[in-house]
Amino acid sequence: MVTSAFDRTALLAFDDVSVSFPIYQTGSRSVKKHLLFRGTGGQLATDASHRIVVEALRNVSLRLTAGDRIALIGRNGAGKTTLLRAMAGVYQPTSGNVTSRGRISPLFDIALGIDADLSGYDNIRLRGMLLGLSSSQIESHMADIGDFTGLGDYLSIPVRTYSSGMMTRLTFAVATCFSPEILLMDEWIMAGDAAFLAKAQHRVASFVERASILVLASHSFEICRQWCTKAIWMERGRLQMFGEIEAVLQAYAEICAGGT
Amino acid sequence: MHPLSVDRSQFDVRLPATTTARGFKSARLDLLDGLTHWRLWGSLGWNEIVQRYRRSVLGPFWLTASMGVMVIALGVVYAELFQQEVDRFIPFFCSGMLVWTLMASYLTESGTLFTGSECYIKQISLPFSVYVFRFNWTKLIIFAHNFIVYLGVVIYFRIWPGSVALLAIVGLLAIVVNGIFASLTIGMVSARFRDIPQVINSVVQILFFLTPIFWRPDLLRGHAFITRYNPFFHLLQVARAPLLGEMPSTENYCAVVLITVLNIGVSVYLLSRFRGRIAYWI
Repeated sequence: MVTSAFDRTALLAFDDVSVSFPIYQTGSRSVKKHLLFRGTGGQLATDASHRIVVEALRNVSLRLTAGDRIALIGRNGAGKTTLLRAMAGVYQPTSGNVTSRGRISPLFDIALGIDADLSGYDNIRLRGMLLGLSSSQIESHMADIGDFTGLGDYLSIPVRTYSSGMMTRLTFAVATCFSPEILLMDEWIMAGDAAFLAKAQHRVASFVERASILVLASHSFEICRQWCTKAIWMERGRLQMFGEIEAVLQAYAEICAGGT
Repeated sequence: MHPLSVDRSQFDVRLPATTTARGFKSARLDLLDGLTHWRLWGSLGWNEIVQRYRRSVLGPFWLTASMGVMVIALGVVYAELFQQEVDRFIPFFCSGMLVWTLMASYLTESGTLFTGSECYIKQISLPFSVYVFRFNWTKLIIFAHNFIVYLGVVIYFRIWPGSVALLAIVGLLAIVVNGIFASLTIGMVSARFRDIPQVINSVVQILFFLTPIFWRPDLLRGHAFITRYNPFFHLLQVARAPLLGEMPSTENYCAVVLITVLNIGVSVYLLSRFRGRIAYWI
């Protein structure tokens, strides 16, 4: 993997981080939601005020530095998404500290902030603002995005008139345009027609390479091997293993094959 | 296996490092960061208004039209009921209604402030005040549209409030500041306790009758405590009285200062203490 032009000072460090979700008994909505969401993974426990909590992350310590390409693996509900969200600053740790240096860009939902009534151009601007860019930075990327999507004049009309394929092109182009120092991705982004996909592959590659730190949650060993050099294996909210990708994938594969 | 033994000297300090902030610092940073995102909440708020009235002929001026119709219809009926002169009563009722609508919308609609932004909050770490500012911005846009009715009333009834009307700007500012912090408080509490918005809805309905909007405070005679201990009366007065060419009383201003200090205190305390929990509540 080419690790050329990125910032060498980026850092993402977890210091004994725990995250637990309280289950509020009065709201059946949240109980159901949390149980469905966390089903197999986190441990149930009670906190100081005797509320039932799901321990989604337990005493996770790690340090990611510039150049790290991390694959995040683990079974469903092992805490992968929670770990990514704690990295993104969405969940403040229940205990422990997260230290980061560099702009963090989560790419969990690529359609976040898309407003169907706005034109393609306005949606690009909105997305840029969500990622904390100045308007001059956004305008300077505009031509590149327009070019990549191949949507031409369609960019001036509301996106609700787009076909789903066109929509994918737009969201994809917008999402991969502004490269952050620290890039967090949930599932691998793959959609669109074949010709677009080839184009997309190339764009993702350059997007990812510009990022200083990459954390990618995926179930596909193939994708993990293609993009990452290290791996984090989460198991029931704990950091089971963190190291070179082959070693981690092998250990994980053995456990999975064992059927536990 | 943990690579925690990485040599620290290889990092220079070009990028600022941020660590999980807690306590008062997190609240202060949140509010200040939120202000710097003004472009974001400015356009999100504006889009929300535009979207609501898209493809309608009057657009957001439907707000103006419905407020105008209500003020005229109720104004005429109440003037008859309370045996008041229409050309004195309608300006009073209109200005009171405008300010009350703004205050009531802060109270009744801020319950969904955070819960309604779940898709953003769960995906991206923005200052929570961004959602608060966006909410307040839309309320202010709506108020601006409603305010046109007041201008119409002023012209139709040929009333000229004079230079004292400029004090209405100060009063309005006080209401907006209180609106920002009250909606932050209500938004947080409602995210945790889902019954709060319902409670507030019922209370606001009662408050509408207890606050002198369609009746004059001097009708109370011996029961002045109803207005005196009603915070909404004082907030209403500092904005409404100047619009009618009257001077708000010193008591009004003192009460508003006290309310504002308490309001900011409570909401900053809650944000300092529970900022990190909001994402877990929604």
